[in-house]
Amino acid sequence: MSKGIITVRDLVKKYEKLTAVDGISFSVKSGEIFGLLGPNGAGKTTTLEIMETLRDKTSGEVFIDGLSVDKDQNEIKKIIGIQLQAAGYYPNLHLDELIALFAGLYNVNVDPDELLKLVDLNEKKKSKFKELSGGQKQRFSICTTLINDPKIIFLDEPTTGLDPQARRNLWNLISGIKAKGTTVMLTTHYMDEAEILCDRVGIIDNGKIITIDSPDNLIDDLVKKGFERPRHVKLASLEDVFISLTGHAIRDE
Amino acid sequence: MEKNNYSQIRAMLSLTKASLTALLRNPSAVVFNLVFPLIFIIVFGFIGGGGFRIDVAFENNSDTLNPVYQGLKSSGTVKIERDMKDDLAYSELEKGRIDAVIGIQKDQSGKTVVNLKTTKASPERGSILKMIVNEIVDKQNLAVSDVKIPKTELKEQVVEGRKFKTIDFILPGQLGFSLLSAGVFGTAFIFISLRQTLVIKRFFSTPVKKVYIILGESLSRLIFSIFTSLIIILIGYFFFGFTLINGFVTFLNMMIMSVIALLVFLGFGFVVSGIAKNESAVPSIANLITLPQFLLAGTFFPISNFPEWLQPVSHALPLTYLNEALRKISFEGAGLYDVRYDILIMAAWGVVVYAIAVKVFKWE
Repeated sequence: MSKGIITVRDLVKKYEKLTAVDGISFSVKSGEIFGLLGPNGAGKTTTLEIMETLRDKTSGEVFIDGLSVDKDQNEIKKIIGIQLQAAGYYPNLHLDELIALFAGLYNVNVDPDELLKLVDLNEKKKSKFKELSGGQKQRFSICTTLINDPKIIFLDEPTTGLDPQARRNLWNLISGIKAKGTTVMLTTHYMDEAEILCDRVGIIDNGKIITIDSPDNLIDDLVKKGFERPRHVKLASLEDVFISLTGHAIRDE
Repeated sequence: MEKNNYSQIRAMLSLTKASLTALLRNPSAVVFNLVFPLIFIIVFGFIGGGGFRIDVAFENNSDTLNPVYQGLKSSGTVKIERDMKDDLAYSELEKGRIDAVIGIQKDQSGKTVVNLKTTKASPERGSILKMIVNEIVDKQNLAVSDVKIPKTELKEQVVEGRKFKTIDFILPGQLGFSLLSAGVFGTAFIFISLRQTLVIKRFFSTPVKKVYIILGESLSRLIFSIFTSLIIILIGYFFFGFTLINGFVTFLNMMIMSVIALLVFLGFGFVVSGIAKNESAVPSIANLITLPQFLLAGTFFPISNFPEWLQPVSHALPLTYLNEALRKISFEGAGLYDVRYDILIMAAWGVVVYAIAVKVFKWE
């Protein structure tokens, strides 16, 4: 196995009856976007939360930038940014105050305006989190992962529940973060998203990794096996129609 | 290296600042901890402020130029109901709404007769009025008699005492009310809400340690309560004549007591947040802890007013000891050492409550 910024070896997570993660191994290269794909309940979030040191594992090894999740939890937390699938923010605070709070929790000095500008929310800095639209909420969540200038950010289903415009907007944001050299580890169950965004993907089901490769290679492999789409492939999809009719502009303001 | 310089204190303080900002934006916190106690102080302050008064009506044909009428009018204790028809006056007397009806007429011999009718509805006031009228009548008789040197003379002396005002009882109780509700309701709600909305989980994603999350929140409650206690005491002192017997030292001692009490009450809040499954379960559990104390701990009424079988219950509650200590400090000028037993009992409650809190407190 090649040595990466993240190494997961024989990871197992058992709950009382259920084995959520059943001996998975993979590594993530520095600077890439790695996607963990799978249906709901496949074990994506559990795997991610073990890597984020938020959940204990049953067995196996996980190293984040050479640090073990068993021993160096606090050191790991300092170099990663985490966007949880469902997370709340302190009630009754404005966005810039929330940024200041996290800056304190990470012990860093940041300019809230600059960070909010990065996710196009600087005009909303005096709004409360609950007043934001779905897309804005996700952008703010991603914004909070960048506060400590992390080496790796973890995004758990960042575009679930968003409309096509907001999803595209978020893809641009994530690509931009990668372009600055940050490693991105994300989960999704949208294949179009993985195809556009991810350098490599691991497909996970029932707690086991079935395959890991780049989206292009996986598609080529399938075609080589003689796979054909049952219907004639159209040159555009319905989503392409939708976007061309409604435009790229985000609607959540 | 920057890695090793991570300061949990800095993280804690940023949480304290955030929590305080949110707290001040939350109307219910301000209402519960500041507005309610002040309303109680105003209400009870005015109920007790009237002093002792005897309501008297005169029969319509009374001789109002007579010295008895003038004497009662200027006595300060008697309030004369004017323009009350005789029929109404007697029916009001029977109901006890006025304390006496007086008629002053001259009889055929030219003697002035004062008819005093009191009511069994208010016997004490009746007898005091009788004494006042008697005194005036005696003076009149003495003035027209030949006796220049009376046989007996009453010399009265009133010893200067400290006046215990209603506010001196009410304000410490309201301070206790404010601290207990801040400690229990405030803490329970915020921790449940942070837990349920996964705010805590997001905090766990940062290097801050769990204990500093609790400390940061508690510190913000502490600052907020010190601030509200300050306002309550100052408003009481400047607007309602609350007694701070040794001035600033008394004030300082009261603030220290408030801090000690809040630390104990925060423990109750942690217990409630651990027991309650969700936010809607908080009020019932929190009321179970706070209501009996508000009623039985001498917050609104002195414990000595309760039947004897109930008093041991009062003497088991932590708020009782805060109230007692605050009253001893503010009115009797007791120091912290003088109220050490009250502090000790509160501390004992603290140990018990925090032991339970550690057992039941939930992070997820």
